[in-house]
Amino acid sequence: MKQYFSEIYTGGKSLVEGLGVTFKALCQPIVTVQYPREEIDITPNYRGHIDLVLDPEKNTFLCISCGMCEKSCPSDCIKVKGKKMEGEKKKTLVLFELDFTKCSLCGTCVEVCPKDALEYSQEYNLAAFSREAFHFDILKRLEERRT
Amino acid sequence: METISILPPELIRMLIAVIIIISFLFLNAIMMGYLERKIAGHVQRRPGPMEVGFHGILQMVVDGVKLLGKELLIPFNVDRTLFRVAPLLSFTPVILPLLVIPFSEKLQARDLSLGLIFIVSMGSVNVMALLVAGWGSNNKYSMFGAMRAVAQSIAFEIPILLSMLAVVLMCNTFSLKEIVGAQQKIWFVVLQPVAFLIYVIAGVAETNRAPFDLPEAESELTAGFHTEYSGMGFSLFFIGEYTNMFIVASVATVLFLGGWHGPNLPYGEYLGVVWFFLKVYFLLFLMIMIRWTYPRVRFDQLLNFAWKYLVPFSFVNILITAVLVKL
Repeated sequence: MKQYFSEIYTGGKSLVEGLGVTFKALCQPIVTVQYPREEIDITPNYRGHIDLVLDPEKNTFLCISCGMCEKSCPSDCIKVKGKKMEGEKKKTLVLFELDFTKCSLCGTCVEVCPKDALEYSQEYNLAAFSREAFHFDILKRLEERRT
Repeated sequence: METISILPPELIRMLIAVIIIISFLFLNAIMMGYLERKIAGHVQRRPGPMEVGFHGILQMVVDGVKLLGKELLIPFNVDRTLFRVAPLLSFTPVILPLLVIPFSEKLQARDLSLGLIFIVSMGSVNVMALLVAGWGSNNKYSMFGAMRAVAQSIAFEIPILLSMLAVVLMCNTFSLKEIVGAQQKIWFVVLQPVAFLIYVIAGVAETNRAPFDLPEAESELTAGFHTEYSGMGFSLFFIGEYTNMFIVASVATVLFLGGWHGPNLPYGEYLGVVWFFLKVYFLLFLMIMIRWTYPRVRFDQLLNFAWKYLVPFSFVNILITAVLVKL
């Protein structure tokens, strides 16, 4: 008999406490983000697709078009082309394409680059209607970032 | 004026009351649906519906239109008549109790001398609708849901009736208007706190809401008795559920919280309705909070709770009340 009443007491008390917890949560501000309207800053460690590093001094790419990234890519999705310009000793980059449909974001190209000319981009809003939309022209993206 | 004078004025009054009540019923379902989703959202620290209208206020209207536009699917091998009748059976009896509820001193469609019994009997018809829906659907889940609804309803109807009876013993009448009238000085929640508590708990169970939502139990029975219903069939069950909640809350207000009584307002005979609705929606808010706080009980726990705790307590309560009234 004693147990019967003590059960009612402890049970009832825990139920009221539970209501208190939810009521407190009801009064607190919301924590979710209304995604398309608000966006939170992406962490700098985010590994999106690759991008060329912009050299702030020369205002151009660091890439020497050695083709290491192209060779090391396990998915074979990078295409690099360099051309020897007149009056210059080294090759200049003229084409840098990434087929993002095949890329597995392994990061081997970034690791292998001798000049550290590749970085991960912060892009995460990637959606499109066609496959071709994911054939990125990385060089063009760099041109757009140039001031 | 010619057409009106041949009709008896009482009939016109009833007709107007029924129209107002039915339109209010839909409005209540829309408001409750919105409130429920909004409160559920904020309890879980998210905003709830935000897209349609200011803070999603038109969300339920849009949902209603969607449900109206949906096809009424009738599954293979079901009992077609029962399947079609069930939603109507769930929707119709919830209109009738609203006719005898006194919203304020003068705002009452009809003051039956057996008003309380009328409400309880109409409440039981709703369970019938769930049984018909479950049986007619030719589906295991629906069948289980219906069986659970019946067992649960039988178990919880007894404490509800006993707690109501305690109030009836005190004011010696079944008429809701007179019960409210008897609470002029002191609300019965002060004199009958145990009965009030039992009534609210059993009322939540009676409306099949969480934590007692075993007939629907989406994690066990997909959707219970309304698994097979789509479009308007489903929304009639939905409106029925919200109206049932409203009825349970308003009966609690009438029996325990002093109905339309409150600080004096001008035109108090009519504007008492403000106090009435404030009390009712406070109780409904409490019911929503209960739903989003507690996990669903198991079926044996549910029946144990009714028979081992609520029924003995309400018996003792009614016994004490009877002795005290007699003294």
